[in-house]
Amino acid sequence: MNRIEIAFQNKPIFMPYFPLGYPDLETSIDVIEVLANNGADLIEVGLSFSDPLADGPVIQKATQVALEHGITIRKSLTAIAELRKRGVTIPLILMGYFNPMLAYGLEKFVKDAREAGVDGFIIPDLPLEEAAEFQALVGDMPLIQMLAPTSPNERMETIARNARGFIYLVSVTGVTGARTSISEGLADLIARVREHTSVPVCVGFGIGTPEQAKEVGEMADGVIVGTACVRTIGGSENPVETAKEFAKSFKDEMAN
Amino acid sequence: MSTLLPPKFGPYGGQFVPETLMPALIELEKAFVDAQKDKGFRKEFEGLLASFVGRPTPLTYAKRLSEQLGGAQIYLKREDLAHTGAHKINNALGQALLVKRMGKKRVVAETGAGQHGVASATAAALLGLECVVYMGSVDITRQEPNVFRMKLLGAEVRPVESGTKTLKDAINEAIRDWVTNVGDTHYLLGSALGPHPYPTIVREFQSVIGIEAREQMLRDVGRLPDTVIACVGGGSNAIGVFSGFVDDEHVELVGVEAGGAGIETGRHAARFGDAAGARVGVIHGTRTYVLQDEDGQIAETHSVSAGLDYAAVGPEHAMMRDSERAFYTSATDTEALSAFQMLCHTEGIIPALESSHAVAEVIKRAPKMRKDQVILVNLSGRGDKDLNTVITELGQNL
Ligand SMILES: Cc1ncc(COP(=O)(O)O)c(C=O)c1O
Repeated sequence: MNRIEIAFQNKPIFMPYFPLGYPDLETSIDVIEVLANNGADLIEVGLSFSDPLADGPVIQKATQVALEHGITIRKSLTAIAELRKRGVTIPLILMGYFNPMLAYGLEKFVKDAREAGVDGFIIPDLPLEEAAEFQALVGDMPLIQMLAPTSPNERMETIARNARGFIYLVSVTGVTGARTSISEGLADLIARVREHTSVPVCVGFGIGTPEQAKEVGEMADGVIVGTACVRTIGGSENPVETAKEFAKSFKDEMAN
Repeated sequence: MSTLLPPKFGPYGGQFVPETLMPALIELEKAFVDAQKDKGFRKEFEGLLASFVGRPTPLTYAKRLSEQLGGAQIYLKREDLAHTGAHKINNALGQALLVKRMGKKRVVAETGAGQHGVASATAAALLGLECVVYMGSVDITRQEPNVFRMKLLGAEVRPVESGTKTLKDAINEAIRDWVTNVGDTHYLLGSALGPHPYPTIVREFQSVIGIEAREQMLRDVGRLPDTVIACVGGGSNAIGVFSGFVDDEHVELVGVEAGGAGIETGRHAARFGDAAGARVGVIHGTRTYVLQDEDGQIAETHSVSAGLDYAAVGPEHAMMRDSERAFYTSATDTEALSAFQMLCHTEGIIPALESSHAVAEVIKRAPKMRKDQVILVNLSGRGDKDLNTVITELGQNL
């Protein structure tokens, strides 16, 4: 069993997102380590890009800060290796836009990511239509496919049927960012996806509180928390301590 | 999943967008393909181009400019005389008609120079659509008259403060709005850029420039031009005029990018001109030449003209450059400003700063050509919007 399959043995899983380099590289490594040790079952590790068109203001700002502090793919991969050295065993999925990966060299990127201890990739600007080139390189490291409320049935079927690792179901039409309530049609949406696949279905975009996470966790196999994680941890005096409380509060609520 | 039309231009183009937008691109492509087959649609579009835009735009012989340069005979395709003052209206109207067909009620647009924003606001007013225009705050300052025009036309102008506060960031925000409101909103993209089917749709709606210009050359001059010159921001006016001549193999096609403060300074928007700074990459849904740093972060660009100040170029131009069907060069801010003045003085035409880049190339080439040779320049827009910039740049020398 690989790390992703192991993580999904105890569902629903809690999947925070945090960008490397924010508020600075050292702190972000510590934050990710602490998230992992306090309830995160899988972490989406953010790679920064100058033009993050699927992200709302909070993640835009955080990744901008990371770039201003000189974050690069190379430094991000070294940070992943460091996390593995520190004993982090949960799956680490890289989430980032395609252009920096192209600039790094796709083959080299995948090879270096594997060596660093990365388990898979999420690339929001690489839909099914454009995925083949990258798919051909990743081997057993899944390129996580995204589905959206706008995906028509036929398309959903094609994407879900070929999905590996898990499916990232975008719960609302929009950019990343916390919403005040969980969208009404979510249960139906998840049911539609499940018709076509047996891989776990995880829901992201808009989940901001432990209570919402619990609610979504009752329907889905995993709950992705990005903006709330970045805002709460990044905005605090002591990010590492806050990360600990943050992870615990979500994990505890989801477990009871 | 396959597309109805080819999504790529050689290795360029494609659909690098979040999944949420894919269904909207598929719907748009279908609406466009259906509309192209529908005589009623074409009739309505052509009718508006004639009665509302004032097409065909004239072909003007630039007699004094030709004499002064002492070489080739120069003809201007007068897109500056199209309603709203630039070629952008052709595409904005075409897409707005598609929006009606798709039953959507709201459009969002990005704008750099403000010409596309004005064109979108105009088309939206004409067809009863709600219109929101995203514009970088740097561009809002340098193209202020167009901001007022958009507001007068009933559009909401939303300043963009993120990133470099120019066209690239306005596109990011327009896409973010689109992804959020995709159910009732169309993204009225203003250049031959972005994900498929936009580069194809925009070229088709702008092809009227090339079709008219070719007919006018044959009718009024009795021959085709030796060289066709256009400025290249995203590439819509250039692809529009080039498309009329692309099958005439002996007609040379020349695109002019923004050389800014000079390629060597790094402060420019010459995607093809800078071997060190531009590589093939992916931005705003398309794979093409992109000015970027080593790490794949999109570069800050610079041009005196807001409409050319963008880090990427339309994918079809990338293909035409590789195949050498078209040739691309650049003009600096200084060259564009002096071309601007020369056209004002010799022809009584105040061109847009974007178009002045094409005129700058004419000034370089015409003297080296014979008197029986002919250059056609696409004068993409008029310069009223640029008076603030020009007065600041030229200052005392005016
Ligand atoms: C007058 C004029 N010409 C040219 C351009 C550049 O765009 P494109 O390359 O798409 O023609 C603009 C863009 O704003 C413009 O306003």
